[in-house]
Amino acid sequence: MARDMSDKEILKMELEQLKLEVNTPRIAVSTTAPEIIAFVEGKSAEDPLIRGVPEDKNPFKEKGGCIIT
Amino acid sequence: MGEMEQLRKEAESLKDEITAARKAVQDLTLQDHVAGTAVVGRVQLKTRKTLRGHLSKIYAVHWGDSKLCVSASQDGKLIVWDSYTTNKVHAIPLKSSWVMTCAYAPSGNMVACGGLDNMCSIYNLKGKDGNVKVMRELAAHTGYLSCCRFLNDNEIITSSGDCTCVLWDIETGSQKTVFAGHLGDCMSLGVAPDFNTFISGACDFTAKLWDIRDGQCRQTFGGHESDINAIGFFPNGNAVITGSDDASCKLYDLRSDQELITYQDSGIMCGVTSLAPSLSGRLILAGYDDFNCNIWDSLKAERVGVLSGHDNRVSCIGVTPDGMACCTGSWDSFLKIWN
Repeated sequence: MARDMSDKEILKMELEQLKLEVNTPRIAVSTTAPEIIAFVEGKSAEDPLIRGVPEDKNPFKEKGGCIIT
Repeated sequence: MGEMEQLRKEAESLKDEITAARKAVQDLTLQDHVAGTAVVGRVQLKTRKTLRGHLSKIYAVHWGDSKLCVSASQDGKLIVWDSYTTNKVHAIPLKSSWVMTCAYAPSGNMVACGGLDNMCSIYNLKGKDGNVKVMRELAAHTGYLSCCRFLNDNEIITSSGDCTCVLWDIETGSQKTVFAGHLGDCMSLGVAPDFNTFISGACDFTAKLWDIRDGQCRQTFGGHESDINAIGFFPNGNAVITGSDDASCKLYDLRSDQELITYQDSGIMCGVTSLAPSLSGRLILAGYDDFNCNIWDSLKAERVGVLSGHDNRVSCIGVTPDGMACCTGSWDSFLKIWN
């Protein structure tokens, strides 16, 4: 769509969008960063790619040979 | 000519205002908050399965659940795989082999794909006679289909080389909403965990957050120095990760409306093709043009692992919904499952 518009139309579209975005509510990074960090750290312990997947619980484990029990 | 100058000046002034407003809330950085956090230990994942069957470059892969995934190759096939057994559940021949994207519906009932045919084709996997057939061809884009993602069995969002994204009604085949605003080809999209918004990355070097229901672009994020090829939501829904031809990935925070971290290394000089966060978001797995996939500690911005094993570009990557494994797809025609 941007291809069919004249330079002026594109500029006007950009301007309208910028006018909207100038008013975006912004929360302090000192508030949002700790929340991201808390979320990640809270779940990291249970993250299979970090914790590792035990052989017997791994649905993707390679098919082994015979197992003698 | 006078009017253009005036419009440009107004735009520049608004951009400056936005930059200042972003700076004003940057009372601390993410780095400040994690200064005392240890880097996550070295992550060494092994290839557990190799999915063989495609005869040409793989362009896309998408998990349906934690076992089934769909892949698209320019050999003209969509293959649905049981990743536990490596069996091919469906091998769907496509009308057009120039496929660039594929998607699995959350319900597991349908898959979709599209590419240089400018269309998004929807396939019903659960047809009565067991045959997989085209259910709908969504045509209206005037450029290639770069990405598609189902919201549900009746709605899908597409991104296109025509610079727009579209929300479709699958039943009627009509465009419900057109999301216009990007000034370059839209390359990738991601849907928020709550399905209220989606994000798009484009060749105008920006990422945009859109409200699905009212069609508005809510936020625009710049900073990349080249095309954004890959984009995804952080698992908490409040941040966005992007991957670009400028060889870096970035984390943008939606609530402070700014970039928080860049993931880059002077030793990496090739473009990012694909990315996916791990379940917790602590790891970001990113595929690159140099045939590797780098694993980043998302908080410390350090590389903590590499997945090497493909003999050509890693074009796509996805982590299972349960976080148990990731799948990489490559131009070498293979998919690999790692954990």
